[in-house]
Amino acid sequence: MELYKLTVHEVRDLIDSKAISSSDLLKSILGRINEVENKLNSFITIDTDSALDQAKKLDETRPQGKQGLDLVGIPYGVKDNISTKDMPTSCASKMLRNYRTNYDATVVKKLRDKGAILVGKLNLDSFAIGSSGETSYFTNTKNPWRLNKVPGGSSGGSAAAVAADLIMFSLGTDTGGSIRQPAAFCGIVGMKPTYGLVSRYGLFPLASSLDQIGPLTKDVRDCAIVLNAITGHDQKDSSSIDKYSYPDYRSFLFKDIKGLRIGIPQELLKDASLDVKNHIKKAAKHYVELGAKVEETSFKLSKYSVPVYFLISSAEAASNLARFYDINYKSEDHSPLSFDEIYIKSRTEGFASSVKRRIMIGNLALEANNYEDYYLQATKIRAMIRKELEKLLKDFDLLLSPTTPSVAFNFSSMEKDLLNTYKWDASTVPANLAGLPAISIPCGFSNDGLPIGMQLMGRPYGEGTLLMAAHAFEQSTDYHKKRLHALEV
Amino acid sequence: MEFKKAIGLEVHIELSTSRKLFCNCNTRFGARPNSQSCNICLGRPGAMPILSRKAVDYAILAGLALNLHISDYMSFDRKAYYYPDLPKAYQITQYYQPIGVDGYIDIETNKGPKRVRIKRLHLEEDAGKLIHQPEKQITKVDYNRAGIPLIEVVTEPDLNTAEECQTFLEQLRLIALYLGISDCKMEEGSLRCDVNISLNSKDSKLHGTRVEIKNLNSFKAIQKAIEYEFERQREILVKGSTIVAETRRWNDKLKKTESMKKRDRGDDYRYMPDPELPTIRIGDKRIKHISLKMPELPATIYKRFRQNYCLSEKDARLLLSIPDLARLFEACLLEYNKPQVLCNWLTGDLLRLIKESNTDIKSIKLSPMMIKDLLIMIDNGLISTTIARKVFIDMFYSGHKPQLIVERKKLAQVTDQKTLEAVTDLVLKQNKSSVSDYKAGKKKVLSYLMGQAMEKTEGKANPVILKEILTSRLDQSKS
Ligand SMILES: [Zn+2]
Repeated sequence: MELYKLTVHEVRDLIDSKAISSSDLLKSILGRINEVENKLNSFITIDTDSALDQAKKLDETRPQGKQGLDLVGIPYGVKDNISTKDMPTSCASKMLRNYRTNYDATVVKKLRDKGAILVGKLNLDSFAIGSSGETSYFTNTKNPWRLNKVPGGSSGGSAAAVAADLIMFSLGTDTGGSIRQPAAFCGIVGMKPTYGLVSRYGLFPLASSLDQIGPLTKDVRDCAIVLNAITGHDQKDSSSIDKYSYPDYRSFLFKDIKGLRIGIPQELLKDASLDVKNHIKKAAKHYVELGAKVEETSFKLSKYSVPVYFLISSAEAASNLARFYDINYKSEDHSPLSFDEIYIKSRTEGFASSVKRRIMIGNLALEANNYEDYYLQATKIRAMIRKELEKLLKDFDLLLSPTTPSVAFNFSSMEKDLLNTYKWDASTVPANLAGLPAISIPCGFSNDGLPIGMQLMGRPYGEGTLLMAAHAFEQSTDYHKKRLHALEV
Repeated sequence: MEFKKAIGLEVHIELSTSRKLFCNCNTRFGARPNSQSCNICLGRPGAMPILSRKAVDYAILAGLALNLHISDYMSFDRKAYYYPDLPKAYQITQYYQPIGVDGYIDIETNKGPKRVRIKRLHLEEDAGKLIHQPEKQITKVDYNRAGIPLIEVVTEPDLNTAEECQTFLEQLRLIALYLGISDCKMEEGSLRCDVNISLNSKDSKLHGTRVEIKNLNSFKAIQKAIEYEFERQREILVKGSTIVAETRRWNDKLKKTESMKKRDRGDDYRYMPDPELPTIRIGDKRIKHISLKMPELPATIYKRFRQNYCLSEKDARLLLSIPDLARLFEACLLEYNKPQVLCNWLTGDLLRLIKESNTDIKSIKLSPMMIKDLLIMIDNGLISTTIARKVFIDMFYSGHKPQLIVERKKLAQVTDQKTLEAVTDLVLKQNKSSVSDYKAGKKKVLSYLMGQAMEKTEGKANPVILKEILTSRLDQSKS
């Protein structure tokens, strides 16, 4: 049996019934990695030996068939901007190519405590800035559905590795769609949870008020399982939600969605390709058949969300990335140079041009002369957007939209058309601006056979409702089961 | 043209919390370089600041003591500049919503009392320290100080002379000391001050330009810098030129201010709200809770020292300068109600011993009860002041009660008539020439003979009785 093809909940049953061991599963995974990773480049670091050690230990000591141990022995990967004490954390940048931390991010620690096995660190756009995976200092990750297409970004490696069965699940980070967009491009499930639901401690910050860690999985049930493992209050993160009783997200999966009110903001459909539009309409019809009430609606401030997102994320990124220079992140010896020279040299050489662009725009927006007109104005509109979405989500339980206006595009088509690329984020950035949860799940295929993703966005802490609706859709369709790929040829 | 100085101060006071503002690192001064730093205060990516509640409480307490309006909401901002002592390349401070605004303190000047308005008080983190080693052509960075909480107190330009600045700073320092929120040691950098100075013509027709002076490490430097800067600006104005609004640095070696390089000035700090620290509501309940802990402030204590205890200005200030000393003084007063006597002992003998033994008042072995017992022994004539001084030293080091020391060392005064007569006779016998001098009218020798007799009794003779015997014997032999 090709174990690597299974989902987390499928292998769980096999391991618990002793049909297979954790080592069997891991070996299958490592075999798969061996076979196809060189075509995909989804990893930056792989640590086979320590993974095998962990699996062996688990097989020796693990109590069998216990509840609540969903992830024991499950191999996974994390995006390489999340701190792991045993592996380097490079942010796919030249600046940090040799950088190691001395601590595990809270999510990594939680997964370690729950017995999941970290296999490696996954590729991304350099410093998580980008939406094609192309700005990685290391080689580009490819889309497993078609190797000349981008996997999306910035969590491109995290999405491609799950979609190609190199890993059972992965963690990504989402600042403006960086989990959902690659999940859509690669035909898998990706969720950005409510801001503060998952600790960001250990995530190398891009834009701290927008960043969120979330799962990328093969199906919705796995998403609930991983979410259970990584959520919870963390004293090390001031924005972590306290005094909230975190539910068992699996408990929402099989609830009836009859009467669920779903709104479709027309503004998020208008730039979509015909293919995508059709599939979203089809999905809406499908929800009606499942008993939901689906209505067209309007998100009037939609056109402001991308510029506002762009300003705020650039300003925060400029500030967060200012700390990187070679005195503390030593990758080269610059000893004869002055501080200014070291600063200029290491940043000139260490940052990709996409990163420099963000830093410059961000700093410009923060200059004393521009602050009110740009940064402050953006935060005001952000508050208005949040209000409008809150209001919309009083009328509706969920907002349905395409995750992206089109399917995965060709390599190097992004750079050519910089201004238009920001349309790509229109569906995804509102959830970050308003701190709302959103999930992308497969909802069909384009004429040329590439996966299409649809997004469900919910109220704060509405992950349960998202999972319920996503699961109902998934269980009554088979888009998520269709596997690829360029790799099978 | 005659000019008047308008001076505003920006005072940084390091809070004496045991932990840093956003992490759990120790704040002890003088520790091995970089032994008190962590991922948070080193600004390592992924580590996030967690605000210290205690530091906020300290800052609110300071705000209340300085009569500030405490804000309903406070938040933190990032101040961006590049310098190796600032590991994140931004300092976390409060720019848009400080802890408090619009306060004042009253100071005494030679022209009478004066109110100095305080514009704002905010909380921020300190930076690391650069250690230059020019002989090796390298600079090292010590991050132990990075992240230590500071409050910055910004005054309006209400001060007009260097003396007023000094008085204000001393007053502010005392307030912080009495609040127990800082040790305010200028030499260790826990109290730092930048000066803003501009000159206005006395007829108010001409308003000068504000110049900021940094790097002032002592009261003396502040005074010198103000004088220097006054002269410099005056000369420019007299010539009819204009003063550049800029930041200047005090060069303590050359005793002058120097224009700072552009980079050090940091033209635009690109302030932005820190997205990693939520806005905090400071509720009335919290303010009330903190105000209940407000100790008596030095101005009130000073008034009592002067009015109720009739101490001189100098004595009152000396006692007040060390909060624990002032506290000990009043604790002793409860036992022994002679303020001046107590003051003399505490500011004299005690302070000398404290200095000698390099300790502080908190850790001494003397109790107010012991001090009282000693002073009563003097009052009762049981020991002389000279002996009492020796007992005091013994008490200070051993912690023994004065009675025990006097008893064990047999230090009680000799008042026995016969013993003292015998001693006197012996002295007169051994100093015949002095006796004849006395008879010849040189009354001065009396004190010499007293001294001789005292020595024979190891200082224990009751001086009054001894003197009586001595004079009567001398006068007898005369006739
Ligand atoms: Zn620290």
